[in-house]
Amino acid sequence: MSTAAATDKLEHFVSDAPFDPTSAARLTPEQERFYLASQWKLMWWKFKLHRVAVVSGIILLLMYASTIVTEVLAPYNLHTRHTDFIYASPQSVHLFHEGRFVGPFVYELRKSLNMETLRREYAEDTSRPLPLRFFCSGDPYKFWGMIDMSFHLVCPEEGATLFLLGTDRLGRDVLSRILYGARISLTIGLLGIFISFALGLVIGGIAGYFGGMVDLVIQRVIEVIRSFPELPLWMALSAVLPVTWSPILIYFGITGILAMLEWTGLARAVRSKLLALREEDYCTAARLMGARPKRIIGRHLLPGFMSHLIASATLSIPGMILGETALSFLGIGLRPPITSWGVLLNEAQNINVVALYPWLMLPVVPVIVIILAFNFFGDGLRDAADPYR
Amino acid sequence: MLRYIVHRVLLMIPTLIAISIIIFVIIQLPPGNYLESYIAELQAQGESVDPQKIAFLREYYGLDKPMAEQYLHWVWGMLRGDFGYSFEFNLPVTKVVGDRMLLTMLVSATTILFTWAVAFPIGIYSATHQYSWGDYGLSFIGFLGIAVPNFMLALVMMYLANVYFGTSIGGLMGPEFIGKPWSWAKFVSVLEHIWIPVIVIGTHSTAGMIRRLRANLLDELQKQYVVTARAKGLPPRKVLFKYPLRMALNFFISDIGSILPHVISGAEITAVVLSLPTAGPMLLNALKSQDMYLAGSFLMFLALMIVIGVLISDLALVALDPRIRLQGGVAR
Repeated sequence: MSTAAATDKLEHFVSDAPFDPTSAARLTPEQERFYLASQWKLMWWKFKLHRVAVVSGIILLLMYASTIVTEVLAPYNLHTRHTDFIYASPQSVHLFHEGRFVGPFVYELRKSLNMETLRREYAEDTSRPLPLRFFCSGDPYKFWGMIDMSFHLVCPEEGATLFLLGTDRLGRDVLSRILYGARISLTIGLLGIFISFALGLVIGGIAGYFGGMVDLVIQRVIEVIRSFPELPLWMALSAVLPVTWSPILIYFGITGILAMLEWTGLARAVRSKLLALREEDYCTAARLMGARPKRIIGRHLLPGFMSHLIASATLSIPGMILGETALSFLGIGLRPPITSWGVLLNEAQNINVVALYPWLMLPVVPVIVIILAFNFFGDGLRDAADPYR
Repeated sequence: MLRYIVHRVLLMIPTLIAISIIIFVIIQLPPGNYLESYIAELQAQGESVDPQKIAFLREYYGLDKPMAEQYLHWVWGMLRGDFGYSFEFNLPVTKVVGDRMLLTMLVSATTILFTWAVAFPIGIYSATHQYSWGDYGLSFIGFLGIAVPNFMLALVMMYLANVYFGTSIGGLMGPEFIGKPWSWAKFVSVLEHIWIPVIVIGTHSTAGMIRRLRANLLDELQKQYVVTARAKGLPPRKVLFKYPLRMALNFFISDIGSILPHVISGAEITAVVLSLPTAGPMLLNALKSQDMYLAGSFLMFLALMIVIGVLISDLALVALDPRIRLQGGVAR
């Protein structure tokens, strides 16, 4: 009887384990890691998913790293002239000589003067391979302008030449000049963004925090600056830099000019973010608890949109690099002996160059690469900094 | 509406005054005035300096008057259509400038039309085919358009046009038409030449516009009314054309404000490379030789073009977009 009663009961599983009412609220280790991660860590994780941005970041890193050891990477110095090889066409690196593996080598360049067109023509003399030397001593230079050295990553054989990207009108190696130019072109963008970042932060912060009349005036000023066509204004400002200034002063002058027009976008972003975040509950709470404005801005407001600001600052670097390139191309930006990519492109100013010496246009390639890289990198940063995506 | 227009035009005045002050400051920035260096240069060349002419120029610019008075003098001159006197050419600026302003406007306007014609279909395609290969490809081309400096593009295009189409190098018209009065043949010649600068100047702003249009349209396509329309069974094409596209059209007008400065900036440097008879090359020359009054007039003109362009786009937007209510208080 008792067994029958037992079978009548619906069978269901009852766990013997003691009941834990908080089990639903407990997090798995991954969840915990996610919820406890700082904002920067979250950004980093999100950023890593954006593959193009990561690759661009690596490219940027490599390019900036190369400026540290430019002297070693470049086969020649910035101003080394090879008067026998003026407008030499690019030499190519070969691996096989007459079907036999020799390792990387170049052939000797033979110059001849075409008596009809009066052009210098260069041909490879394929009789003898001239192997490249690696980690060798070549053109002596002063490392960072201080230490005397002659160590190079790669140099041609004694007496031979290595013009991978040809030479210019004074017989200077274009590749070396591009590598040296990176120092100026890349730093001008960074330096400029530091200046405009500071300006934007301070001016936008003032407008956003004080509001009212101050805000109105600053807004109008920004509007006026924005209604100028950028390039002509840059042109005008750099044209009035005194001719007597030394090239290094001109470099800082141009950077300042570029930064002077770029801060407006950042200032606007800071202002609108400040205005929006000021009304947030956590801000009111902080104020009620007696926090000073300095602490509210520094501790609660700034971290809230710093990541966003950094992303938009990254996106405005390419504009500055392009601006410097354009100014120098027109001949009113940096001037020799300071060499940037724009100064190099200044040599490729007329159509003859395109037709006769197309390799002089090659400095445009790193410009394109760096601008693409900054754009993709900045896009990735912006997506990563956006908490709602 | 009328009240809005008047209000908007009045709002322009302080902006223009601020712009003119900035430009005047730039004009005054080079150490010494042009007149002094001009005299010094003439004397260095051993030429006699005509004191009458110097006196005339000094009088003309009021160079010995205080700064504020000089500024008022300059502005008042511009208001009467007198843009000053070019020291380099020894002519009034208006004479030197000639057609250049007109051609600058022509090139800029054509470029904007080109930007619209290209950005519209591509933007729509990219938005409706989000994350497809076409979208990625077009976006990449757009990025390239942003990254390639337009002066380099101008050089290469000029070379290619000469090699493959036999278009004469540089300029906005065939050499035989320069300085001739406008005629049909001259107009055709201008059309034959204008496409190179238009494409070169347009690439940058087109790329930017495609990206913005795509983002805008994507936002629009996710709105509830689109979902509703689709749920009701409206064919996809009609869903797209009936509402979201019309929004996109408004965007085209409102975006003028952001592309116009780029178009005009790009036009300057492209014009220098292609030696177009527009404001660009002359502005550069004026700046290089520190002929600041000429440069100032050009800058003022370019800024004025942008301000007026933005004004027109604002007014057109009000006329076209019924959601923009001018007089508050009227509910719905």
